[in-house]
Amino acid sequence: MSKSNIVSHLKQKKITEVLSTGKRMDGRAFEDFRELTIKRNILFKSEGSAEVWLGKTHVMVGVKVGTGTPFEDTPDEGVLMTNAEFTPIANAAWEPGPPNENSIELARVVDRGLRSAEILDTHELCITVGKLVQIVFVDLYVLNYDGNLIDACGAGAIAALMGAKRPTFSEGKPTGEKVPLTVRKKPIPVSVIKIGDNFILDPTADEEDVMDARLTVTFDEENHVCTMQKSGSEGLTVDEIKKCINMAQGKAPQNRVKAIGD
Amino acid sequence: MSKKPTTKKTAARKPTARTKKPKVDSWKRADGRAFDELRTLKIESGVLPNADGSAYIEMGRNKILAGVFGPREMHPKHNAKPNEAVLRCRYHMAPFSVDPRRSPAPSRRDQEISMVMRSALEPAVFLERYPRASIDVYIEVLEADGGTRCASINAAAVALVDAGIPMKDLVAACAVGKIEDKLIVDLGDYEDKKGQSDMPVAYMPKLGKVTLLQMDGDLSTEEAGKALELAIEGCKKVYEVQREALKKKYGIDQPQDKPQELPPAEPESEEEPQREES
Repeated sequence: MSKSNIVSHLKQKKITEVLSTGKRMDGRAFEDFRELTIKRNILFKSEGSAEVWLGKTHVMVGVKVGTGTPFEDTPDEGVLMTNAEFTPIANAAWEPGPPNENSIELARVVDRGLRSAEILDTHELCITVGKLVQIVFVDLYVLNYDGNLIDACGAGAIAALMGAKRPTFSEGKPTGEKVPLTVRKKPIPVSVIKIGDNFILDPTADEEDVMDARLTVTFDEENHVCTMQKSGSEGLTVDEIKKCINMAQGKAPQNRVKAIGD
Repeated sequence: MSKKPTTKKTAARKPTARTKKPKVDSWKRADGRAFDELRTLKIESGVLPNADGSAYIEMGRNKILAGVFGPREMHPKHNAKPNEAVLRCRYHMAPFSVDPRRSPAPSRRDQEISMVMRSALEPAVFLERYPRASIDVYIEVLEADGGTRCASINAAAVALVDAGIPMKDLVAACAVGKIEDKLIVDLGDYEDKKGQSDMPVAYMPKLGKVTLLQMDGDLSTEEAGKALELAIEGCKKVYEVQREALKKKYGIDQPQDKPQELPPAEPESEEEPQREES
């Protein structure tokens, strides 16, 4: 990620040194999350929204419900689309422009988590079979970047969808009324990153910068795995993967409580 | 091999000396394969005259070409790294590779696959040997039949070796999925679409490291662990075919015209499920 190899080598050395003493640069233990705060429905123009703070990482999630044509192979099902935007205000190194591979990965991992848990009842979003369906857009807007965007956005997406209302239609015409979206599951992603021989949760931007590998695992309420994604430039052994899954599994319920609220 | 007419599925699968544990022995997949059986797999290296290294793979009905260019000067220069080479991957599907036709412009899916392919291959390459250089891996999917990212990685790894780039290990990839609550190896298109989950895995057999791991669907944690182990078994079979392809090209202990050795899977069993693509 970092263009500056010298800085990241020094950083890596320092971070690894501190990790070898069982601590992290900000004093957390390996499995500690930063404070996760989620506020729901703070925007009026969008059908659903959530503002997520995870330490200094700050994300706004907006849900808009529009209409469009269904996919050819699912003529009677609505569509869920997730998109991520790395705004230039979020980080000095980010520039305006088309999405880069990191923002695409973020959007795709969150999207796959929602989709493979089948959280929306896509049939209720159908207006006219084959012609018109409702499309639920989930936009992940990164406002300040300090690592672990996937976990923050995944939790924020659930929070925003759960508070979202969709317009209703009767015989193809809008009725002017809104009903809550049916959210059937609450998948929550948790990322584990590997630096040297250490595995930590909820990395900061610096830690992400020097990581060797990352494994993101999304769990539903029954603690079943919905999605996995490995990234980073090093391989993991089978035992390491199993360890990551266990670490992530332990944290998912906690984050889910924060996302759902009460 | 897969040029054979694939219309009927009278798969004459003799019940496998290989299927180890008879756990799901009587249960058959849509195309008659055993649960841990790969599709027919054919890899040929050195197929593109202009590329520094190349490979063609047929994995079931997937037909994919991989070309490697480099190490060569990075362009644009500001993308170069002063201490190592940069591996760049581009995964691209031909408009006619799927039904209906797709736009040739790169989709988000293509870009994500390009990225995960890069991180799947990177750990195997001695990038530090070529500071400031780029190594470009281009993948063209001519026909897609489920599991293209795994097939692409398999071809790309062979193409990298063919390009003479020093590598720590080959990278072999294979997917595991779940259909009708059973774990199966190397999903075809039908199983990919109808199945309950899909988990592509890439593995470096000598180093014992997993370099690609993705999963979608629904698996318990035990199933996930088991699926991972099954996938690795599949990768090891793929690895053998990759080695054979390279040996054949470079004439190592194999007569030039001897037909390429197939994976343990029976050749007949590649009969595809009747078309069920959407």
